[in-house]
Amino acid sequence: MAVDENLKIELGKQGVFVTTVEELYNWGRRSSIWPMQFGLACCAIEMIATTMARYDLARFGAEVFRPSPRQADMMIISGTVTKKMAPQVVRLYNQMAEPKYVIAMGACAISGGPFKQGYNVLKGIDRYIPVDVHIPGCPPRPEALLQAFMTLQKKIDAQPLTGEGRPRHLDAEAQGEFPVPVEGEHDLEPASNKGVWTVPVVIR
Amino acid sequence: MKTVEEIKTAIEAAVPGVGLTIIPNPGPSGQHSLLLAPEHAASVAKFLRDDAEFTLDFLSNVSGVDWPDKEIAEKVKVTRQVTKTVDGEEQSVEETVEEVRKHVQPGFLEVVYHLYSVAKKHGPVTLRMRTINRSDQVELPSLTPIWRSAEFQEREIFDLYGVVFVGHPDLRRLLMWDGFKDHPMRRDYVEPDDYEYEPTPHDSVLLKAKAHQAAVAGRESAQ
Repeated sequence: MAVDENLKIELGKQGVFVTTVEELYNWGRRSSIWPMQFGLACCAIEMIATTMARYDLARFGAEVFRPSPRQADMMIISGTVTKKMAPQVVRLYNQMAEPKYVIAMGACAISGGPFKQGYNVLKGIDRYIPVDVHIPGCPPRPEALLQAFMTLQKKIDAQPLTGEGRPRHLDAEAQGEFPVPVEGEHDLEPASNKGVWTVPVVIR
Repeated sequence: MKTVEEIKTAIEAAVPGVGLTIIPNPGPSGQHSLLLAPEHAASVAKFLRDDAEFTLDFLSNVSGVDWPDKEIAEKVKVTRQVTKTVDGEEQSVEETVEEVRKHVQPGFLEVVYHLYSVAKKHGPVTLRMRTINRSDQVELPSLTPIWRSAEFQEREIFDLYGVVFVGHPDLRRLLMWDGFKDHPMRRDYVEPDDYEYEPTPHDSVLLKAKAHQAAVAGRESAQ
């Protein structure tokens, strides 16, 4: 149940702070998104630059890069996901505790990028795990990564705690573990997780 | 630096019975290379590294080359007996005809080594080795025991071209996983058909995307 904005302002003037549990809960969640500390390719350099003083990711409470998936809330897929690395990425994602979010950073992570037609590069990590924010760019500038953070924060803010569209950790039915692709004789098997990724309809 | 002919003479003097062929490079650089017989490769490599005059102590690069089977069409003049009717009577006449004969030149895999000398500041000396074919006789001697820097590059060639280096200390795939069966850099590599989503197809990708859609449509109509 949302609080009426005008009433909230009026009460604020009188020194009364009104909020909902949902708002407070989501405020807490979005203000301390701890990313997982791993980089896959050159996008990771931009990710590192984002955490440094000039771009200062600490403003968003997201400067604590955790070296363990158990302590991380978010995964930044920063770079080319090779077919050899993809099972490990999915496995790391499975090891993260809910609630967990994914930012696919850069052309390679979202589609394979310049290596799309290569024999060894996955055509986008969204084929195996659900991605919350995609950022294009090769590599995206730190500002683009900050934009992705803010988009993700808005997304978390808008998540209701009950009913349709609630986060996975509050939904007992939701799928929390995603099948890890197997290294086959010619390609990864399966080539995509049908429950996560369907072939997008191209409008020409 | 000596010319490739002089290097060939020096090697032949040092390693008796060695099979060496000069492969000329017609380009302006004129970097001719030496084709080694695989059975003498180790002794030739050892000589080039340890000889006081060459001291090729630095292996800068190992590359693989895939030469697929090549069909060669040749025009040959053939003389044959033809029965013709000349002035109302049948005669056997000899006639010369041009005929196109095709034969297949079997393919092979090739490995190229570029050697330099840091001590003598000269190079490169280019060595080549060729396998017998592309399918079952793909063994070549490893030069990793001579130049340690060959280790990863030979592993990469094993991975991407399928050349088996005999004597390599740790011959595993380098870039692809162990259970992978193909050799992606070979000319006849068939990639998995994953062209289901191509938002901006062009050129060869457009053809592959169309072929994929045709295959999917064919499968759906068959069901």
